[in-house]
Amino acid sequence: MSDARPEQELKNPQSTKPPLDPHLKALENEAIHIFREVAAEFERPVMLYSIGKDSSVLLHLARKAFYPGRVPFPLLHVNTGWKFKEMIAFRDEIVKKYDLDLIEHINPRGASENITPFTHGSALYTDIMKTEALRHALDAGKFDAAFGGARRDEEASRAKERIYSFRTPDHRWDPRNQRPELWNIYNGMIRQGESVRAFPLSNWTEVDIWRYIQAEDIPLVPLYYAAKRPFVERDGMMILAEDARLELLPGEVKQEGMIRFRTLGCFPLTGAIRSEATTLEDVIAELEIATVSERQGRAIDRDQSGSMEKKKREGYF
Amino acid sequence: MTAQHSATLSILPEAAPAKALAARDSRPLRLITCGSVDDGKSTLIGRLLWDTKAVKEDQAATLKRDSGKQNDLGLPDFALLLDGLQAEREQGITIDVAYRYFATDRRSFIVADTPGHEQYTRNMATGASTADLAVLLVDARAGILEQTRRHATIAALMGIRQFVLAVNKIDLTHYDRAGFERIVHEFREIALSLGVKQVTAIPMSALKGENVVYEGKAAMPWYDGPTLVEALELATIRSSQAVGFRLPVQRVSRPGESFRGYQGTVAGGSVKPGDSVAILPSGMVANVTQIVTFDLVRNAAVAGDAITLVLDRQVDVARGDMIVSIDSQPQVGLSFDAQIVALQPEGIQPTKRYWLKAGTRRQRVSVQPLTLLDLKSGAWNAAESLPMNAIGKVKLSFDEAAIFDPYEQNRATGAFILIDPDTNNTVAGGMVTGKQATVDGIHRDGNRVILSLPADLADQIMASELFASRRHEAEVKRLTAAEAAQFWDDAASDI
Repeated sequence: MSDARPEQELKNPQSTKPPLDPHLKALENEAIHIFREVAAEFERPVMLYSIGKDSSVLLHLARKAFYPGRVPFPLLHVNTGWKFKEMIAFRDEIVKKYDLDLIEHINPRGASENITPFTHGSALYTDIMKTEALRHALDAGKFDAAFGGARRDEEASRAKERIYSFRTPDHRWDPRNQRPELWNIYNGMIRQGESVRAFPLSNWTEVDIWRYIQAEDIPLVPLYYAAKRPFVERDGMMILAEDARLELLPGEVKQEGMIRFRTLGCFPLTGAIRSEATTLEDVIAELEIATVSERQGRAIDRDQSGSMEKKKREGYF
Repeated sequence: MTAQHSATLSILPEAAPAKALAARDSRPLRLITCGSVDDGKSTLIGRLLWDTKAVKEDQAATLKRDSGKQNDLGLPDFALLLDGLQAEREQGITIDVAYRYFATDRRSFIVADTPGHEQYTRNMATGASTADLAVLLVDARAGILEQTRRHATIAALMGIRQFVLAVNKIDLTHYDRAGFERIVHEFREIALSLGVKQVTAIPMSALKGENVVYEGKAAMPWYDGPTLVEALELATIRSSQAVGFRLPVQRVSRPGESFRGYQGTVAGGSVKPGDSVAILPSGMVANVTQIVTFDLVRNAAVAGDAITLVLDRQVDVARGDMIVSIDSQPQVGLSFDAQIVALQPEGIQPTKRYWLKAGTRRQRVSVQPLTLLDLKSGAWNAAESLPMNAIGKVKLSFDEAAIFDPYEQNRATGAFILIDPDTNNTVAGGMVTGKQATVDGIHRDGNRVILSLPADLADQIMASELFASRRHEAEVKRLTAAEAAQFWDDAASDI
């Protein structure tokens, strides 16, 4: 094999993990390279942290990239106030454990105008509480580069996203006019007010993410694993019903069953799947036979055709 | 929504050849597909994704909802799956490079999917820059076209040395073996003229799924070569391990007083503790003491590894410098020859000064166009500027020392991009062919002295500030004592 690795690696006594296979190692190397390049070229980078599995992998790679130093930029969590409770608890634990700087931003319009996913519909709610909130938070921090965990295999419009994705001062993405990106040489030159979104996981697939989580023993929010949980069925989705914020509509009944989540977002907009997969191994085994993509549980992608592209143009991640 | 899922179950392939989660023994193979809509490129990529189960049910459901049409075999319109951007759907064209992912149980693949018609040079160059292999698609009825020749030329220029010739729509020629062999013969001659010896030719029907993922024996008993996926599984992955050690420094890590490490991705060769290295462009010398990574203190690192290197002495190392093996160094100089691809409407102008980024190094450069490639005839014609999509030979002139290997020897240290300082846009991609043979500038007509010194003395001299400041004017070659003696003998006999 032309890319065979040296056999004899001195293992860190604290580490009991076998070395990564060459496939994951190549993806890891590429992501670390991107992290270092952005940290070196930009004045105020920030890492978007959504607490989900991709963010967890992203954070792990950031820690690797800058070891033995600290992660040299803050994490930004754009909270909507409607995240799963377990996500917030997990976030706070991770920030403490790894000595990270966390910035949390909630759009004040949510409270002042009482904007909720129930009253405003997922499109408007997402626009204000996620897209607008993200723009405000990036402006407030004067960040010139923001890392995100987006992958090209996630959705059609992302297949053409660059690794360094250029944004205008008002955070717009112009898919018709992207900078060409050749080899692994990234163009980080921007003017005042402009910014770049950097995607170290661009070339990862969902399967790669899970295999890496397993190989590197990365902690995740427990909602990714199946457990007996209360839920209601709404618009063809199973919505978690353990939260007082969820009001049952006429005709809805609280049910209980073994469920888990393939992606995590705002609990009223994120559908669960029925699953018996209580461990990481089970989850991966389930993936092997999965015939539905992970974004299927996301209401926001389905509002209209091309909806992700539209949101991205307006500044959504 | 749920109802749509069950409706799509019937169109999923029954037997999945791909089990995606097995450990893989190589990094992903990166490939580029070249061809036009007419050749069935979207159908081919769609077929690859479909038959390897990279398309999930809900994506298929969206596809069915959006298209409402199916082809003769009850499959959805694959082009819709691939053309991600709304603007493209509306105009029915593909306008940019898109990346697709699929896997078999042996290997995973990253496909750079580029449009066949408009601005194909720019987009192909982008897709080809990272590719290990090019799949060139032709219609079996039409055979080799002028565009096939153009695609092959660009792929070869970008350094791709493995071609797969996909002779598609073979079903429409009634699986004509003689016709297939004529096309293959003609293509092999083109490939050879471009210096590409590794060519796998495959007759296939992407529409029917013959010889793409599943074999087409029933229809083509005369063909006993690999399917497309088998050919891709067997392809070799480009590696820069056989050359000298190169570490372009991305950043200096100084978490505390006691630690100072140089972070970067190994761009060639390998390194181990104890190795002597030179820091370019200063030419200072040091020894490697440690290779640090998050989980392992390693006793070796190879091309592709993202590492942190610790040296045995205080030397001045900054981002943009390159740490290299002492006995196999890249070229350092103020003037290089290169080939570039112009990527933007304003082209490349001879009077303008650009930013050049290579590895982690960014510096000012003047670009003097010399010739321009006529893709139709293969001839290089004299040129003073390069319009968009042109491929040209140029001379690069720097104010400060530049560091390159020829692209042929090392893609990672031979490639660069040009950035327009007015727009900040990437305006060209380039490949260095070598250092300009003549010594440039004010010292061109001066006298030169060749010294032969013991290596340790030379290292001390080269580590001095005076030498470092004029490192780009010196040429250094390391020899054994016997080779040096031979050199003096030869030189004496020439005088």
